[in-house]
Amino acid sequence: MPVGPVEQKKLNYQELRIYSDAELHNYTEEELKSFKVKHATPICDDYEKGPWPSFISDAKRAALHRHKLPKEKLMLSPDVIDDFLGQLELSYKEGEGHWKHGGIVGVFGYGGGVIGRYSDLQQEFPGIAHFHTVRVNQPGSKFYDTDFLRTICDLWEFRGSGLMNLHGSTGDLVLLGTTTDQLEPIFYELTHSMEQDLGGSGSNLRSPSCCIGRARCEWACYDTQDLCYQLTMNYQDELHRPAFPYKFKFKFDGCPTGCVASIARSDMSYIGTWRDNIRIDQKAVLAYVNNEIPRNGGALTGRDWGKFDIQKEIINLCPTECMFFDGKTLSINDKECNRCMHCIHAMPRALRPGVDTGLSVLFGAKAPILEGAQMATLTVPFMKIESPYDNVKELVEKVWEYWMEEGKNRERLGEMIQRIGIPTFIEAIGIRAIPQIVKEPRSNPYIFWKEEEVPGGWSRTIEEYRSRHKR
Amino acid sequence: MSMSLEKLGLYNPDKPMENRITDIGPRHFYQYFPEVIKRNYGKWLYHEIIKPGVHVHVSESGEKCFTVRVGGSRFMSVEHVREICDIADKHCDGKVRFTTRNNIEFMVDDAAKVDALVTDLESRKHPGGSFKFPVGGTGFGVTNIVHTQGFIHCHTPATDASGMVKAVMDYLFDYFKTMTLPAKVRVSMACCLNMCGAVHCSDIALLGYHRKPPVIDHEVLQNLCEIPLAISACPTGAVSPAKTESGKKTVKIKNEKCMFCGNCYTMCQCLPLADAEGDGVTILVGGKISNRISEPKFSKVVIPFLPNEFPRFEQTCQAVAKIIEVYAKDANMYERLGDWAERIGWEKFFEKTGIEFSEKCIDDYRLSYDTFRTSTQFKFTEPAWEASRQAGGIE
Repeated sequence: MPVGPVEQKKLNYQELRIYSDAELHNYTEEELKSFKVKHATPICDDYEKGPWPSFISDAKRAALHRHKLPKEKLMLSPDVIDDFLGQLELSYKEGEGHWKHGGIVGVFGYGGGVIGRYSDLQQEFPGIAHFHTVRVNQPGSKFYDTDFLRTICDLWEFRGSGLMNLHGSTGDLVLLGTTTDQLEPIFYELTHSMEQDLGGSGSNLRSPSCCIGRARCEWACYDTQDLCYQLTMNYQDELHRPAFPYKFKFKFDGCPTGCVASIARSDMSYIGTWRDNIRIDQKAVLAYVNNEIPRNGGALTGRDWGKFDIQKEIINLCPTECMFFDGKTLSINDKECNRCMHCIHAMPRALRPGVDTGLSVLFGAKAPILEGAQMATLTVPFMKIESPYDNVKELVEKVWEYWMEEGKNRERLGEMIQRIGIPTFIEAIGIRAIPQIVKEPRSNPYIFWKEEEVPGGWSRTIEEYRSRHKR
Repeated sequence: MSMSLEKLGLYNPDKPMENRITDIGPRHFYQYFPEVIKRNYGKWLYHEIIKPGVHVHVSESGEKCFTVRVGGSRFMSVEHVREICDIADKHCDGKVRFTTRNNIEFMVDDAAKVDALVTDLESRKHPGGSFKFPVGGTGFGVTNIVHTQGFIHCHTPATDASGMVKAVMDYLFDYFKTMTLPAKVRVSMACCLNMCGAVHCSDIALLGYHRKPPVIDHEVLQNLCEIPLAISACPTGAVSPAKTESGKKTVKIKNEKCMFCGNCYTMCQCLPLADAEGDGVTILVGGKISNRISEPKFSKVVIPFLPNEFPRFEQTCQAVAKIIEVYAKDANMYERLGDWAERIGWEKFFEKTGIEFSEKCIDDYRLSYDTFRTSTQFKFTEPAWEASRQAGGIE
């Protein structure tokens, strides 16, 4: 800390660009207003109304732009977006989607990063007959400069559909729709011209993602971007060449607020925390009490909630009842604090996390497929976090080693832990049982005692038993 | 040198390994930070929402970073991204960021630059009248809906994602522009149970769901699928091996055991579930991610099914709006939707929102016992009297 720049060629759009200014600005507002795609799309058109940004209006202007580009500056049909909207319209009309099931395509040497996609109406919509997805591993916290974005736009309009997701759920910048023959050229330009790699897909490490962290948040208890970047770089092989039982996700939240939802959707969830005391600025506390500062960073100023009441809003809502206010001074019994962050959220100018910070590690979150949704289980209460993060890497590798050995095909880490039991899992990764790992102790006594734990072991004879107990 | 205009670019298919670059990862984040962030990285003191959509972060150094947040469709074209770049070049020294919830954030280092930026953003509209860059999505309101691909690009959807989100956000637009709720309300949307978007811990989750068991493509199944994988994919053991009359290997499905998860279809393309009449929307509420006050929790099914009403999903929009409206009126300050429902009791949630509780809201999958009420601490609502009558307890 602080993180500095790394050696990397600065992208210069003016050097890399494919389209001239005239080509980029090739239609007028009037033309756009009267533009119609080649299929009738009345249901789609309804989505042009209403205040929220219309993805249909957006697709249409990209379609018009495409039509007016010179043919030699498009590797796919000029009608790609027309056909895309035509198929979408039909899907709305029929109430069923029209993409075929999967299809294995990719770039040489990688087992992930590209997802095959084909229309099941190739005659009707030839422009999207082959429409593969390319996942581009996003930079930390999704910050960009316009050189990067303009360059990828040119690349993607030239060699793909010009349609994308910013961003996919896992975090990647997703390029939607290209043909098989363009995959290698796209990968070549990404890696050579843009020094940018693909993200993960399939049974591998998915592109890790992190919250905004220290870039613009006062609560980040560790450097989420740097840890995310360094683990991503360290595990490139695991990210590109699927060798796991199923997908595996890392997500990095800087504090217990959880802005990237790591606790709900990552197999290995890193959540920042601290082990000393909440920092208190008593003057600022009084400023809140005197209504000089809006509560909760101004998040509820849209309604009149009355005057700030520290007893009602802070002290009484503290889940551990560890806070006290005597009219002048706020005190916290930090030993009893569970770091829920309510008081810090509610009085951000008065309270801050401690300075002895690190992270907690939780394992096993996933969406419902297959055994039902799971949230991650707290397993490592505290890890000090400093580059090059050898302690984290050691833990990661222990977990992977065990999961790759014991996990069944398509079994997420959380499901494996359920199947084998937490005691077996923590023993495998060398961590002792602690009360923090459960909400409450078990209420059934069905304990799997091990033979070596019972005096005399389990090998005994019926004869010996019968010598004491007649049949 | 510009990027190549050749059909295959500089890639040589005869020598795929020539000059190949691999395993270089994402570009490093630091170069994309606005200068004010580089200077104050790790030094932020506090933040404040000045008005809906506009944050200020204040550093130990005294410097300030003003962020203007705008809603975005996660699906966007190169034309839209180029317009984002025009704005970033004009106001923000060419830097911009996207959030986990598909919002776009423009940052400036001076209060004097905020108004021009906001005015510029709000002035940009599509020909159909929708805002390109609506400012909002901060504080205790409804921010952007995270969602999945739907009909845009997915092969297993039970509904569309972008369309439903557009319909719902149009309906909830005022909540995006204001901060009038007791706490933040996070709405998420996933178009099938795979939940690429992991919507299972949201205040309000909209989930596409199938209701018809797979239809079996017997004639080609043995050629296209690994039958043992298809069988083992089923969590309820409903899929078993079978033979067609002509002797081809295939599978059969015990329809009454099917819970429509679609996991078999993920493993075998000959078992599609999609069906216009069968497919629709399930609404779950009361989940959260944050550890604030209460622990993170799952969303719970309160409306088992609503039809796919393309394009406007009227019943879905009305149900979501009604839930938010009742919550907004009834909940305490800082109380998330799920915490409110727990405090008043779920029976009261159903009474107040007017949503009918059905047997489909009672868990009968694994671990369902955890959700049963094993106490006498309940409140009387109309369904309670009805059940009491049915049992002969009252007239």
